Amino acid sequence: MMNSETELNDSFAGERLKKSYFHPRQSVLNLRDAWSSWNGYKFADYYYDAEYEYFCIRNSCATYDICPMQKYIISGADAEAMLDRMVTRDITKLKTDRVTYVCWCTDEGRLIDDGTIFKLGDEKFLLTCGSPSLAWLKKSSFGFDQLLIQDASDTIAALSFQGPTTCEVLKKMGLDGIENLKPFCVAHFSFSGSTDTPLMISRTGFTGDLGYELWIDPDLALPLWDALYAAGEDYGIQPYGEAATNMARLEAGFIMPGMEFNEALKTIHYQYDQTPFELSLDWLVDFKKAHFNGKRALLDLKNMGSEYTLAKLDIEGNKPAEESFLYADKACTKEVGYVTSAMWSPVVKANIALAMVKTKALENSLWVEIYYSKELRHHSKVVKCVVKNKPFWAPERAKSTPPKPF
Amino acid sequence: MKKYDAIIIGAGHNGLTNAAYLAKSGLDVLILEKNDYIGGAAVTREMHDGWFYSSCSYVCSMMRQAIHRDLNLTKHGLVLVPYLGTVVFADNGDTMTSYHSEEAEYNQLRQRSPHDADAMFRFQTDLGRYAQLIRKTLLRTPPDPTSFRPRDIKELLWLAKQFWSLGEKELYEYIRFFTMSAADFLDDYFEDDLIKAAMASPGVIGTALGVYSPGSAYILLHHVMGDVDGNIGAWGLARGGMGAISNALAGALREHGGEIRTSSGVDKILVKNGKATGVVLENGDELYSEIVVSNMDAKRTFTKCMDKNDLPPGIYEKAKNFKIRGSSGKVNIALSGLPKFHNVADNRYINRGGQGFVGSMETMERAYDCWKHGQWSDDPFIESVIPSAWDPTVAPPGKHWMSNFIQYCPPQLADGPWTPEKRDAFGQTVINKIERYSPGFKDLIVHMEVRTPHEIEAEIGLTEGNIFQGELTIDQLLFNRPFPGYAQYRMPIKNMYMCGSSTHPGGGVSSACGANAAREILIDLKRPNTVPEDDFYDE
Repeated sequence: MMNSETELNDSFAGERLKKSYFHPRQSVLNLRDAWSSWNGYKFADYYYDAEYEYFCIRNSCATYDICPMQKYIISGADAEAMLDRMVTRDITKLKTDRVTYVCWCTDEGRLIDDGTIFKLGDEKFLLTCGSPSLAWLKKSSFGFDQLLIQDASDTIAALSFQGPTTCEVLKKMGLDGIENLKPFCVAHFSFSGSTDTPLMISRTGFTGDLGYELWIDPDLALPLWDALYAAGEDYGIQPYGEAATNMARLEAGFIMPGMEFNEALKTIHYQYDQTPFELSLDWLVDFKKAHFNGKRALLDLKNMGSEYTLAKLDIEGNKPAEESFLYADKACTKEVGYVTSAMWSPVVKANIALAMVKTKALENSLWVEIYYSKELRHHSKVVKCVVKNKPFWAPERAKSTPPKPF
Repeated sequence: MKKYDAIIIGAGHNGLTNAAYLAKSGLDVLILEKNDYIGGAAVTREMHDGWFYSSCSYVCSMMRQAIHRDLNLTKHGLVLVPYLGTVVFADNGDTMTSYHSEEAEYNQLRQRSPHDADAMFRFQTDLGRYAQLIRKTLLRTPPDPTSFRPRDIKELLWLAKQFWSLGEKELYEYIRFFTMSAADFLDDYFEDDLIKAAMASPGVIGTALGVYSPGSAYILLHHVMGDVDGNIGAWGLARGGMGAISNALAGALREHGGEIRTSSGVDKILVKNGKATGVVLENGDELYSEIVVSNMDAKRTFTKCMDKNDLPPGIYEKAKNFKIRGSSGKVNIALSGLPKFHNVADNRYINRGGQGFVGSMETMERAYDCWKHGQWSDDPFIESVIPSAWDPTVAPPGKHWMSNFIQYCPPQLADGPWTPEKRDAFGQTVINKIERYSPGFKDLIVHMEVRTPHEIEAEIGLTEGNIFQGELTIDQLLFNRPFPGYAQYRMPIKNMYMCGSSTHPGGGVSSACGANAAREILIDLKRPNTVPEDDFYDE
């Protein structure tokens, strides 16, 4: 009562961020009051310590609130055709209860966003993505009548659950058979034993490790949290925020909007957005399928070759190459690219980065000029980079079914 | 009969490191291990059903990141995770928690002593200054101060430059620091006894010195100069226990074509015409090689595994008098649940840290007095960690294993040799003490393993169970380690080398001794160097 009264009288109410369905639990654990925001939600940067939380992802298990992620239910006889025309990947082959990673482009073949499509039934799909996309979905529906698009962003509570002990914890929570769920597959359970309270679990995530995403009715968000944390107590469960996510996804080699790519619909300067080829997402573009948005432009772009290519770099030394320039020579006379994300990888023990590199420069030696500071004084150094073809971190357990023991 | 390029004796972490780097350079390498498992003191063993103990060493902070990276130890299964704060317990029941956040830490110290809370900044800064200098020497071969070889002169000048870069005042302080006691050093900063005791405790771990003994200040530094991912002073756990380090090194060694033979204890190092030519195993088999590298401690190497007549004059005596006194014990305990402690909040992060049963400066010194008289104290200093609170792989879910390191435990008792009964009585003092701070602790015990210097020596081969393979006092550090004139890993017998913690930079799971020795061997064999340079965060 007290609370709602305070909120009613809050003259700053309009300025304050929305609270996620998991907020009551997460706010208690956010010991450092380290909040930032995502799509209007109050969102933890970290809770206790970013590196600690990162190690929970790699060593035990941890939860990440994906309530602020955008979710759209696309249903109807035309749902599949509409989505297939929108994204670059062939989703007509997608089976029910499977998930696929997709991206979609403008007519000019520039990347709008990436996300995942869940096939929940013959005529029912769930699309998830980082940024609000309802307007683009509507635009992409032109010509399709048998279609319903629902913005479910605020009507599904979702929690990402990542790390080596996750499968054991879900088993302990009573989800029989969860160990048989394969990567990119979906399983349906009834939470607390009632068919009225479905719990959907997908073996997906953004960490490159073993992990799942849990989808449930918002009314059940807190009971789900409590059940998960009770089961996870002996398995090192811990919430993590944006900082740890960013570390884990970089080790896995995943791209992040606002880091690796600038969403095409939000890009002012000509070609400051990216093509899927520049982002090394060639494998997401299926020219064999029927017409899709941006196909013609993408074909031309493919034939032309990309000026830049996103590359994974292993960099000498231990100073993260944040916001650095890349050069073809140690003297730094010939600039050939720039770093988009960089960090010291605590688990791999390597200085890693993702970088946009001029495609032609990839075959030759690469140097990076790193700026760093030591007790306020700035320093710089030029060190060698090696291009890596595989993700920095890709443990066996992330792929195997049942997952290897932790 | 096959002749190897190199035989390394002892598959502890330094031996494995040395062998891996020699193999990486293309040498045909064989490493021999007396036990039927590898790892030496960096080992994980399932000692009770589902419980995996790191039987000897239990945490790590000195592991050279450059080696981890260079040998791709992550690929071979090694994941080092930092562990969180420590709670220290005072005799009077007081506790002090070191939190993971600087602000929380400051607030907590301020509650005890506003003066000491402020002084902690200066203390950490001074330690940081001393540590950065020593850290730079870890992956380098100490210069011979009496040699005129260009390499030695160059290295001496480098060392001098590092010292001079401290500034004149700090240089004097540093020299004092090497010979000071931890207590005297701490008196310059702190007033509160528990804060002092907490800070002094690393100064006696593994060493036959008390907090008031000259030389203990350096040991303190040795324990705080490590880092985990650049967090200086942080300690880490190896996921899967300390054996994960040895196993990963063994993986790297095999990847480069090296051979590991267990259950192959060495009886003697073969010497012919003043040159090492191979080894005789305990079973009488002879194995031959171009060079022999001992990863055993200096005392064991020269007094047990070599013929006195094969050694130049004086070496046997030097080895016999090498300071390698046993002073610590270890009690590994399997627990049915997480213990709860008096005056410690039920804080999941703090539960995942360590416990320091320090008591007070006085209590630690009294425990040392007992050691001097060939007794164990019934009020010992115990440093504990519960790795299972962090590492899901070392105990069944919800169960725990607690590593308890005990300072002090005498290698020889005044009232005759160690017996299983005395060992268990010693172990009892440890659980009695913990029970004082954690009522009900005893009821949680499922299994325990008590290790006195006697067990550690018998099993691992460390003389007197000394965890550092020789005391870390200035007379046995840098170019004095193990003996003056022999600090560059080459031993008085041709084609013979040492690569264990008896050599620079000494004890701790660092891989540095093994790597440094490999670099020297490769120089002698005129082969390309495979050992990386160290990487530093404070460049």
